[in-house]
Amino acid sequence: MIEVDGLTVRFGGVTSLDGMSLTFERGTCGLIGPNGAGKTTFFNVLSGFVRPAAGTVRAFGVDLLAMAHFRRARWGVRRTFQTEQAIEELSVFDNVAMVHSPLRGAARRADVLAAIGFAGLPEPWAPVRTLGTGQRRLVEVARAVAGRPRLVLLDEPAAGLPDAETAHLGDVISGIPEYTGALTILTDHDMSLVSACCETTAVLDFGKLIASGPTAAVLRDEHVTRAYLGTAEVL
Amino acid sequence: MAGAPGQLLRPRQAVEPGRGLRRDQLIRPAVIAVLLLFTLFGLPSLLSLYYIDTMTQVAIYSVVTLGLGVLVGRVGLFSLGQGAVLAIGAWSGARLLFATGQPFPLVLVEAGLVTMVIGMVIGLPALRLRGLYLALITLMLAGAITVVLASTNFPNGGGGFLGYNGSSVHIPPIRRPSIASGDPAYFRYCVVIAIVMFGLVFAHIRTRPGRAWAAIRQSEPAALAAGINTTFYKLWAFALASFVTGVAGAALAGADRYLYSIDFTTQDSITLMAVVLMGGAYSMWGAVVAAFLLEFLPALLNNWGVSADWLYILFGLGVLQVLTTAPAGLADQVPKDLRRLWRLARRLFSRPASRPAVPAGGDAE
Repeated sequence: MIEVDGLTVRFGGVTSLDGMSLTFERGTCGLIGPNGAGKTTFFNVLSGFVRPAAGTVRAFGVDLLAMAHFRRARWGVRRTFQTEQAIEELSVFDNVAMVHSPLRGAARRADVLAAIGFAGLPEPWAPVRTLGTGQRRLVEVARAVAGRPRLVLLDEPAAGLPDAETAHLGDVISGIPEYTGALTILTDHDMSLVSACCETTAVLDFGKLIASGPTAAVLRDEHVTRAYLGTAEVL
Repeated sequence: MAGAPGQLLRPRQAVEPGRGLRRDQLIRPAVIAVLLLFTLFGLPSLLSLYYIDTMTQVAIYSVVTLGLGVLVGRVGLFSLGQGAVLAIGAWSGARLLFATGQPFPLVLVEAGLVTMVIGMVIGLPALRLRGLYLALITLMLAGAITVVLASTNFPNGGGGFLGYNGSSVHIPPIRRPSIASGDPAYFRYCVVIAIVMFGLVFAHIRTRPGRAWAAIRQSEPAALAAGINTTFYKLWAFALASFVTGVAGAALAGADRYLYSIDFTTQDSITLMAVVLMGGAYSMWGAVVAAFLLEFLPALLNNWGVSADWLYILFGLGVLQVLTTAPAGLADQVPKDLRRLWRLARRLFSRPASRPAVPAGGDAE
């Protein structure tokens, strides 16, 4: 469980997150919002790349913000990036094996291979530079589920993917909580992916939480449609 | 320098541990083994003393270029201070060889460790800087070390910490191991040192540090998000590169037997970078090619009575060519061109059978 309380991030004069308070319970949770709403900033706060101006984040009872960024990965935070960051020079196996893991030796190797199989990647020894975008995204997902994660953050994993590949990715993402037991947070602009994967969804707009709850209800919420479509807000 | 090292691809076969060995996985070690056996046992009897000395330098400098290759090719750290690091290794090696009667291999390791500590200090700016700024800072440090060495001089059997005696008439040579006092034997000795150092680096590249370095080179955020302590692994890269360079420095002290400050210039560090880029920073063969460019070509030209200074022009053009057309250097380009030539030849000779040429080696070009 992640409890976020009064989280505020400012970049100079821009307030990217404005007193965000939210609890993610379990399973796969959606986090949506228009571009610039603060989704990636929130992930950057959780993974330690951005220091918030105010607020706290407690993850399973631990003060996450007090940890150095590489220690958070050791604690169990995993993330993917909006622009895919699979390491071209390494094989699929090495890409997944580079993640921190409490396991050692044969158990670790088995865990890495299982994660690759879970993501549905056929060839663990293929060099990543021979793979297409869709498979590289899956490499990142495999890296995120290896090594006993507790919190998996997926930052627009379906961006730029054709529908068929998005469908497979959706199946994989839906399986993450069951496979790892980790709390998974998914951001994406593909609402069909979010509806398919997430029981609950929260909506950010200009750094403020404007709705949260069961995904179907949230997507029907009029504040949400207004934030996305920008209907008559002339005062 | 290459602006975005992440874009430069290093060719590497997909290795399949635990499963059946592919044909080239057997051929490769076999070729290396044959080459090494020939170098150790065949080559010394074929060469004149002049070229044996040259090949000793090639063996030693291949370790230096290997160290710089780790920094540039694996981690993406452009350090222009490796020439000075080599000088430190040579100084420490010479000092220990004069001061103590320790076995030679022990002195090699000690000189490596001393150099490692100093090299890590030189690497400290790398934790904050990259690219051009790191290159400039390390070049300045190399300049500073050259100045210090010019005033302290290299040990020549004198007393005190510095071991330099300016008024000495009879200067004793730096000692060599008793089993390798002659030039051919010392050549073999240096080849063995190089093999051990290449093995050490290979073991790093194929395991966790290698993965961490590849991640850091392409994307530091991705490395951090995977829990890689980037500071630690960058320092580790400097430590490894400095250690092998320090060992090479001590071996160089034994090879040259007399060391002088004027032999180590700041310019050496830049030339080192040039040949490493030309040879190929992304493969271990590249380090060998680089050492040949750096040590063998000048010796060849000297033997022919041509000034070796012409090489600087060649190196300049070579770096230009590497940066524009062949980012992975000669070690990558030559096999590629040979394969292309082989395919062309096969197509010419198999024309009557009118068979479409099968791409050899699965190369995409």
